[in-house]
Amino acid sequence: MTTGAVTTGAVTTGTVTTGLSLLDLRLVFVTGKGGVGKTTVAAGLAQLAAEQGRRVLVCEVDAKGDVTALFEAPPTDFTPREIAPGVWSMSMDTEASLREYLKLHLRIPVVGRIGPLAKAFDFVATAAPGVREILTVGKFCWEVRESHYDLVVVDAPASGHIVGQLAAPQAINDLVKVGLIRSQTDWMLDILSDPRQTGLVAVCTPEEMPVNETLELAERVRAETTVRLSAIVVNRVLPELFGQREEEIFEQLRRPGNEATLSERAGGDVAPVLEAARLAVTLRRTRSAHLQRLQAGLPDGLPVLLLPYLFARSFGARTTRQVARALGEELGL
Amino acid sequence: MSVAQAPVAKTVAQLLAAKGIVIACGPGGVGKTTTAASLAATAVVEEGGRVLVLTVDPARRLADALGLKGIGNDEVRIPDEVFARAAARPRGELWAAMLDTKQSWDDLIRTHAPDEETREQILANPLYQNISGRFVQSHDYIAMERLYEIHCEGKYDLIVVDTPPTRNALDFLDAPQRMADFFSSRLLRWLIVPYRSRLVNVASRPFYQVADRILGTQFLADISEFFILFQSMYNGFVDRAEAVTRLLSDRRTTFMVVSTLEATPVREAEFFSAELTARKLHLGAVVLNKVLPAYLREVKTDKLAQSMASRSDELADGLTDDPTVAGRVVREVAESFLNFGVVARREAEQQAELRGAPDVLVTVPFYDADIFDMEGLLRLGAQVWD
Repeated sequence: MTTGAVTTGAVTTGTVTTGLSLLDLRLVFVTGKGGVGKTTVAAGLAQLAAEQGRRVLVCEVDAKGDVTALFEAPPTDFTPREIAPGVWSMSMDTEASLREYLKLHLRIPVVGRIGPLAKAFDFVATAAPGVREILTVGKFCWEVRESHYDLVVVDAPASGHIVGQLAAPQAINDLVKVGLIRSQTDWMLDILSDPRQTGLVAVCTPEEMPVNETLELAERVRAETTVRLSAIVVNRVLPELFGQREEEIFEQLRRPGNEATLSERAGGDVAPVLEAARLAVTLRRTRSAHLQRLQAGLPDGLPVLLLPYLFARSFGARTTRQVARALGEELGL
Repeated sequence: MSVAQAPVAKTVAQLLAAKGIVIACGPGGVGKTTTAASLAATAVVEEGGRVLVLTVDPARRLADALGLKGIGNDEVRIPDEVFARAAARPRGELWAAMLDTKQSWDDLIRTHAPDEETREQILANPLYQNISGRFVQSHDYIAMERLYEIHCEGKYDLIVVDTPPTRNALDFLDAPQRMADFFSSRLLRWLIVPYRSRLVNVASRPFYQVADRILGTQFLADISEFFILFQSMYNGFVDRAEAVTRLLSDRRTTFMVVSTLEATPVREAEFFSAELTARKLHLGAVVLNKVLPAYLREVKTDKLAQSMASRSDELADGLTDDPTVAGRVVREVAESFLNFGVVARREAEQQAELRGAPDVLVTVPFYDADIFDMEGLLRLGAQVWD
């Protein structure tokens, strides 16, 4: 009943020249307005990279278990676990991250003193803005530096929050003159600011508000962070039902006389079927306009990858593979 | 429990008639902002009065939705011409404001600072500038704080609030309490002590050692200075945070959970409804946006479409001037119906699973076009209203 391979239709990007380089990055943050499917894209990207032979760590920041659900695996915690061949998953936990950080960098024996330390941490994290963000981003950068994985994919906070998170190392750098945190932000900034290592992927849908927000995000990322926007993924692109000729014929078929004949021949009222097609065509058309607006508003040369709307009964490992395949096609793999 | 319990509202119109504050909440990307604006506009047309829609989203979405550019922290009246263009006549006044986090923090400091010197010192402190401008956690608190402030001014009959897209949908509910806890925390006092008296007690010494090594002494001193300044506003802040918490549970305040019927939003909406109920907050309405039309789920039509797909050439024969294309079109049309039918049925299942007990449950159809002007807002509002 569902069509596995839905073509994305007429809107082509023509700018996918850096296709391979997206998978060649070491750290990719996937963000987007809430509800546009950024987790789906993060999972698809991880799946694709793994299929291409890379060891991938996919990190969930919100810890809702959505990433692992897309691989039909049980939720993970701070310790990474392999959830699909070549794909490891972990959930961000700032307190666990602090513990790891103290152990690695300060050699502070944490066991047995965790109570007061957790309190102190809570306090410092709240009092010193950016500490929480640093621990989150720092963990990802650390995984990159230690080369435990070829690629770290982060299912990052929504676009309203991502800029604050990515700007945190710089902010801390400005605020803190000396001390351990300061010495830590330097190497993090090196990784985050290197476009060959780190990239941001913004996910949106071809709708009014998501497009607006994506254009706004592109500008803020440029102005307020040192991270480069590597690609835009447009999710849920509806298939193009008809070309121009088909549409003329469709209009002929919808004439009252023809509709009645069709109903008679088919043995039932075809009006709802035709109405659904009209809805699909209209939706597709409105969305195309937003897609064009998006492309016009983005910097030249920024790859825009289109993912088809999935008419799926449910979302799981199968749809994740479909997304991976579609991404691979868009990247020219 | 009050003796004269009001009858449970059956429509959004009835619900709003008894409420002064509606807080629209729910997952991101489901049309929360649009729904809030639409409700406010419709209330003005249907009921009149002074209605304010307060959006607290960092993205400038409400301005887009109302065709307004550059509204900010100050409330702005939507001109009657905007209604006139949509062939509508407002009976009252529609106002809109957008939360400017930085501005709201500054205002808050101005209100609570004991004297001019403290005020200027705080406003100039680099740490303060970071808290107020850059970091996201402060956003949740300031949203509720601003709502409280506007409420206290008493200028509006109805305030519709669009909540920020939080990492956790409930962050903004906890924000006032967290802020109060933060300012009354013992650790805060610990931290401030040595910079006042230079007497560090034995119990807190390990903490400073760790904090010093992580943050550096200078930064720690900066933090302390900042909080010493903030301490002078302690009582004001804590009282205020408590008042904000009370406002949320006031009987004139209601919550409206907005969602679509996609799997992830529904799960979040469900969680949110349950939490509201657990906190004894009033769940007034659940609004489900972008619901596909019911005819897509008709079993009879589904069977018909299946048969159309397999007999397309025969069905289209002789009806148009191009039999090949006509056959293809009928097949595509039928398959498209089947595709959307899968999604429509998935949605219906999601809706059946959506528990929680709102007074009112509304579904809003999937519109052909986006809602970007007053006409669209009122059209949506009419769907939700009765």
